[in-house]
Amino acid sequence: MNVKEAEKNNSDDTPIITIENMHKWYGDFHVLKDVNLTVQRGERIVICGPSGSGKSTLIRCINRLEEHQRGRIVVDGTELTNDLKNIEKIRTEVGMVFQHFNLFPHLTIVENLTLGPIWVRKMPKKEAEQTAMYYLEKVRIAEQAHKFPGQLSGGQQQRVAIARSLCMKPNVMLFDEPTSALDPEMVKEVLDVMISLAQDGMTMLVVSHEMGFAKSVAHRVLFMDGGEILEQNTPEEFFNHPRHERTKLFLSQILD
Amino acid sequence: MEQTTHRKSAEAIRPPVTSIGIIGWMRANLFNGWFNTILTLVVLYLLWLTIPPFVQWAFINSVWLTGSDQCKATDGACWSIVTANIRFIIFGFYPHDLQWRPLLAMVILVLLLFVSQNRNYWRKYLAYGWLIGLFSMGLLLKGGLFGLAPVESDNWGGLPLTLLLSVFGLTAAYPVGVMLALGRQSKMPIIKSFCVVYIELIRGVPLISMLFMSSVVFPLFLPEGVTFNKILRAQIAIILFTAAYIAEVVRGGLQGMNKGQYEAAESLGLNYLQTMRLIILPQALKIVIPPSVSILISAFKDTSLVVIIALYDLLKTTQTTLTDPKWMGYSAEAYIFVALIYFVCCYAMSNYSRRLEKELDTNL
Repeated sequence: MNVKEAEKNNSDDTPIITIENMHKWYGDFHVLKDVNLTVQRGERIVICGPSGSGKSTLIRCINRLEEHQRGRIVVDGTELTNDLKNIEKIRTEVGMVFQHFNLFPHLTIVENLTLGPIWVRKMPKKEAEQTAMYYLEKVRIAEQAHKFPGQLSGGQQQRVAIARSLCMKPNVMLFDEPTSALDPEMVKEVLDVMISLAQDGMTMLVVSHEMGFAKSVAHRVLFMDGGEILEQNTPEEFFNHPRHERTKLFLSQILD
Repeated sequence: MEQTTHRKSAEAIRPPVTSIGIIGWMRANLFNGWFNTILTLVVLYLLWLTIPPFVQWAFINSVWLTGSDQCKATDGACWSIVTANIRFIIFGFYPHDLQWRPLLAMVILVLLLFVSQNRNYWRKYLAYGWLIGLFSMGLLLKGGLFGLAPVESDNWGGLPLTLLLSVFGLTAAYPVGVMLALGRQSKMPIIKSFCVVYIELIRGVPLISMLFMSSVVFPLFLPEGVTFNKILRAQIAIILFTAAYIAEVVRGGLQGMNKGQYEAAESLGLNYLQTMRLIILPQALKIVIPPSVSILISAFKDTSLVVIIALYDLLKTTQTTLTDPKWMGYSAEAYIFVALIYFVCCYAMSNYSRRLEKELDTNL
């Protein structure tokens, strides 16, 4: 696969995401324990781990859907604090794709896509619609532009959700288990879109158990358990020579 | 053998005569089983007892356009009470030769409402239409400009007053209610507790006492010489009261929203107001159309409670007519007439809400 050969083509080598000594609690429950992570521009990271290990929470902290209580998160030079300005700025630069798509059911597909550009980026409606159609083409769903989300299949909805994030021209895309709510026959169409996104050099953080996708696309695979990053490595090393006992156990369960 | 059965099931076979058409419908709905058959017969008997005498009273033996003397001579309905007093019932104490003005105002209102019900017309010029309409309705009722003789608001009454109180009461109460609902969900403790206290306080008090307070108690707190129009005070009481109920209904809709919708809106970078206006409220308000309309309908009927602060709304003008010795004793006819007016308005509202629900349904 030549996806990885289109390596970090961006010459800027300051990391796009820096997370230092980050902690998060839900009440008394310590969800994330001293997480450190640096993501370079153009880097693609797959995060896996058993359920409840904090992997979704980690990426949700990056665009402040969850608040961290200690440590630092810096996204593209902006530190996430309680300052609403910073939060909104980071959210426009970070795209998010959810497990359950979360399309807006009362708007047509094309309205779903133009909403962010028009209201947040202040783009003229015409231009926003052109952008929307471009990305709908890209996820191969342009003919559905004037339908409502409820009329589309799960796989189609998830592709629309990806296009919706792309319309904001984000620097980073976060994927929170993008295929786990889909029927098996629809997983591939979504993964194909994600692979082509990778080929364009998008920085991606993907929480997923799609190990095939991780092997072919990721630069790095992270394994989380109990709120910590237990192990991280290139996919080859990670799958062939897992070091940690819990990683081995997890892989043996998931690869069967 | 096998082939024939196969062929038979593939052909379109008409169902037996007894299961379609009127006979089929009656068998399925009226006479399926001995219990339902008995019920049907009992109901038919009761209808036979009540309907013919009513028709006899209301239409056959009734008088329509006569004086009260002829009414005494017949044993049918005396609709003359309505036709003879129609102008007082509809317009109250509004000066007799100026009554074309409230009539015209009502026509403008009905036209505007009629145009506004089609969502395709929700453009800028409709807003201008409303502005001009509101201004001219106010002018027509109040007068005092362009050679129109001024009419004191104490003389307003009847149907125009009922429509005024309810149309503006309901349209103003709805946004206030939505804001209260949003406030109740606010993370800011002061706003939240204000909204909670307001809603619970208002819901715990009957509308009658609110109207009474607004007209009798509230003026006591005003500095001497400052007076508020009585109708305006009643209007505000109705708005504040209805808003609290709307707020609770809307809150239900907001709580029914999926958390993912907020997250998706936020992750696009929409701020709070945009998220609410573009994503959350359009969906939440759609869910609560049926209960909101129930509240609006009951608020519409509750405007008749303004009689206790001596406003002459439609119901009060009707009652006043009945105190006239000439027409005493024909309350059934008068109340049936008023009930019809209320029914037409309420039915229009519920009909519109059902249509709106259908139009806004995108989930298929």
